[in-house]
Amino acid sequence: MGKKQLRRMDLIFANDEDFRDILKQTLARPNEEIIEDMISSGLKGRGGAGFPTGLKWKLTAEEKAKNKYIICNADEGEPGTFKDREILTQVSYKVLAGMAVCAKITGAKEGFIYLRGEYKFLVPLLNQELDKFHSACSELGLKFNVKIFMGSGAYICGEESALMESMEGRRGEPRNKPPFPTVKGYRGCPTVINNVETLAHTFTIFKYGPRKFRDLGVQDSRGSKLFSVSGDTPTPGIYELELGMTVQDFVDDFGDGDTKAVQVGGASGFLVPRKRFKETAIGYQGKLTGISLPTGGSMMIYNSSRSMYNVLNNYLDFFQEESCGQCTPCRVGCQQLVKGVDAVKRGDKPTAYLDKLLKLTDTMKFTAKCGLGQSVANSFQSIVENFREEMIY
Amino acid sequence: MAKIINLTINGIAVSIEEDKTILEAAEKLNIKIPTLCYHKDLCVAGNCRVCVVEQVGSKKLLAACANPVHEGMEIETNSLIVRNSRKHIIELLLSEHNADCTKCYKNGNCELQELSSEYKITNSDFIDLVPSKNYQIDTLSPSLVKDDSKCIRCQRCVRTCSEIQHLSALSVAHKGDHMKISSFFDKPMNEVVCSNCGQCIIHCPTGALVERNYIEEVWDALADPDLHVVVQTAPAVRVGLGEEFDSYGSRVTGKMVSALKRLGFNSVLDTDFTADLTILEEGTELLTRLKKSIVGKENGVQLPMFTSCSPGWIKFIEHSFPEYLDNLSTCKSPQQMFGALAKTYYAQSRGIESDKIVSVSIMPCTAKKYEADRPEMRDSGYKDVDYVLTTRELAIMIKQAGIEFNNLDDEKFDKLMGNSSGAAVIFGSTGGVMEAALRTAYELVTGREVPFKNLEIIPVRGMKGIKEASVLIENPVDDWKFLDGVELKCAIAHGLENAHQLLTDIKAKKAEYHFVEVMACPGGCLGGGGQPIPTSPEIRAKRMKAIYDEDKDKPIRKSHENPEVAQLYEEFLGKPLGEKSHKLLHTHYTPRDRY
Ligand SMILES: Cc1cc2nc3c(=O)[nH]c(=O)nc-3n(C[C@H](O)[C@H](O)[C@H](O)COP(=O)(O)O)c2cc1C
Ligand code: SF4
Repeated sequence: MGKKQLRRMDLIFANDEDFRDILKQTLARPNEEIIEDMISSGLKGRGGAGFPTGLKWKLTAEEKAKNKYIICNADEGEPGTFKDREILTQVSYKVLAGMAVCAKITGAKEGFIYLRGEYKFLVPLLNQELDKFHSACSELGLKFNVKIFMGSGAYICGEESALMESMEGRRGEPRNKPPFPTVKGYRGCPTVINNVETLAHTFTIFKYGPRKFRDLGVQDSRGSKLFSVSGDTPTPGIYELELGMTVQDFVDDFGDGDTKAVQVGGASGFLVPRKRFKETAIGYQGKLTGISLPTGGSMMIYNSSRSMYNVLNNYLDFFQEESCGQCTPCRVGCQQLVKGVDAVKRGDKPTAYLDKLLKLTDTMKFTAKCGLGQSVANSFQSIVENFREEMIY
Repeated sequence: MAKIINLTINGIAVSIEEDKTILEAAEKLNIKIPTLCYHKDLCVAGNCRVCVVEQVGSKKLLAACANPVHEGMEIETNSLIVRNSRKHIIELLLSEHNADCTKCYKNGNCELQELSSEYKITNSDFIDLVPSKNYQIDTLSPSLVKDDSKCIRCQRCVRTCSEIQHLSALSVAHKGDHMKISSFFDKPMNEVVCSNCGQCIIHCPTGALVERNYIEEVWDALADPDLHVVVQTAPAVRVGLGEEFDSYGSRVTGKMVSALKRLGFNSVLDTDFTADLTILEEGTELLTRLKKSIVGKENGVQLPMFTSCSPGWIKFIEHSFPEYLDNLSTCKSPQQMFGALAKTYYAQSRGIESDKIVSVSIMPCTAKKYEADRPEMRDSGYKDVDYVLTTRELAIMIKQAGIEFNNLDDEKFDKLMGNSSGAAVIFGSTGGVMEAALRTAYELVTGREVPFKNLEIIPVRGMKGIKEASVLIENPVDDWKFLDGVELKCAIAHGLENAHQLLTDIKAKKAEYHFVEVMACPGGCLGGGGQPIPTSPEIRAKRMKAIYDEDKDKPIRKSHENPEVAQLYEEFLGKPLGEKSHKLLHTHYTPRDRY
């Protein structure tokens, strides 16, 4: 079987000198038309939940409120991902253009970039870009002001409602949903919150129209996406790839020839074992099995030298520590999982205890308050079910 | 009118307004969905997840307390997946919880214990996480004990302290497995902005926050034949104590007196007596301040004058608004007036040496424990009040003594500091001190009764957070001519959040008053942190009704008509604000840090 080179895209980082013109043209179009384009492009959020971006904008536009806000989520907390950082470094104007168009559609006057604390070094650069952006806005007659808000480190603050809590000066704990941010977001006002990459993609749609975007990818997963490739690979880095590829294609391209499993989507994603490489597509609703593509597009490649027990332990430690701690299934559930797999490994608990833990992760999935607790089951179940013997011996 | 939503719960149809939650809809159908972090007094947190229910067609379960109803929703509250999940969640909570129930102060009155029993969690094999935790017990506060090993992190206390009390002495610290409820920099509760009000205690579902109890100390004193143990009972206790014996909204004054006698107290007296005394002292103080400000045009006379009966409020103002300390009435609280008199006037009249007197008070309040410990409260030459017990602690003693409370005959308070007016009883409710003061002050100034039917000053009553009232003074008697035509403006706040709001308005000069009553707890003392658990708006409303009924039935309704108080002035004090009063019944407070 010959190795197939995956199609590498260069849309996001391509430098578009015509940014002002595109912005001007887009701002001149009727709102309904832009929304229509956004929806038909098939663009879905690149920050985690994969919510259709056009619909999100539409819902917020339909809300009647005095104040509305646009937030760019640049908290990028997923370990091993730094694609949002690259976007903000290289092509932040695309992100800002997306925010501006969204502001026009929704009627928002204020926007924020919620910047991960560790990215403080980007502030001078971003401020320069913001100056240019604000002058472009006033030239184009758009009243819209964007400020930078510095995050303070917790992973959970990347979750949209926790992010808003922290912006309002409270502890970063996820809120109950509903109401969703489109109805009651920042300061209780309708808010669009989008990931950095999502916003950058909107520029592509403004520039080339929805067709070009839609032609990439498959069924429910349209367009391209940035992937942060790491682990046992000769070629780690950030790649823009078309959605819909199989894990096999991905491994053929990026693996080291001895790939045992790939964790798709970081800690909150799934582990795909070798026997499932062919049948698993990477996208929002993998055509073949049903893999989602959460968070930063992290692709962690493991070769056969890796202990899956250690891999799982790392993820669980991460969740145990990064859970905000407010809800029972996540806070206590994570501790039980960490202690439980250890007890099984040491022989303090029978191997059947793993089944109890699997059921526990189901409960976490069904009952946790936010995406963090709900997604612990993904890695736990996919690792324990596929590598049970490694958990025991 | 709100839109009506139709849904089914367990197959039963129900219609309800659109802004209601699944929990409220279920309540309407008499379907109980278990809850832990939910409390009617507080905003919805949705963090314990015990109330999850199934929405047919959706994989995720919904927190019933936090999810609004939708048209056509089909909810299952007892399906297999719901039961299994709920059981898991209870098991998880127990695994993090020091479940030594039989040795727990809250044994028998713990919501977690109740759930665990309901769901028969008998064979949970989750790993006990308690040994891996470095749980602390904070016993340094004279009012409350905080035991982190009993905490289920529902944040009811945190919400109480911030939403009801505007203090945030308790807040959430750390995250993940280290997440805990903490004070400022994890300092002990006696070193932070805690008002000692105990609202956190009555909102805590478990034994993580309980009163510091002095039951054994009081038993010891009662058992000592050399000691003369006197007890005073606060007005709100008599409308709460019955709840400990399953009777809500009842007035149990007579049974309470009878029980206290059976417990062996040498003299069973009434804080209501010193409530009447407070009115005479405080009323006179108010009129003096008004005179100085209106006639003397003196600067530096602080108006509005604030009431000073609520020790939680005192601690709050010391921390948060120290610039208003001079506005506080210099009157001690009725409890402390009583204490100071017990070891002087009472001792002398009864011919008992002061150091043989142990003075105990039964209070709806935990801040009273702190107040009794204050250095300012030793003007008798001794600790004026030795032990403060809450309504709950009294109930425990009654049960320990094997007294069948509900079958007791009514008895009367002992003489000398046992008599009181209806005006004193209503001290137990928000607005009560104001009403009592107006009944007396108005009459003093005009020679006529307050112009309200049956002396019921309706505008100062009720549960509204901040109440305002004004009384026009017309045709005063000669001594008070200067008040002719003055409109006496009053305000009342209960709950420190409302107090904060009111003071902020006063500070911003958005509102001007002559006299302001503040009680630290919602509803006033009847909703105090020492009252029976649970509490809710409905329960407090019942207690309030009982208080005003008690007032109505009293032969004397006005403080200045209390004959025992007159006797006290005649035999001992001289006159209101006299020299002896100043020494024993008045005090000053000092500013504290904001953290
Ligand atoms: C635990 C957790 C962490 C998250 N972290 C991020 C993040 O760092 N950046 C981000 O864009 N979205 C993050 N999300 C997703 C956001 O909640 C939200 O869905 C996203 O910002 C919406 O933007 P999108 O529609 O453009 O994806 C996180 C979600 C969860 C549950
Ligand atoms: S699932 Fe975890 S992170 Fe999310 S609210 Fe619950 S405890 Fe916090």
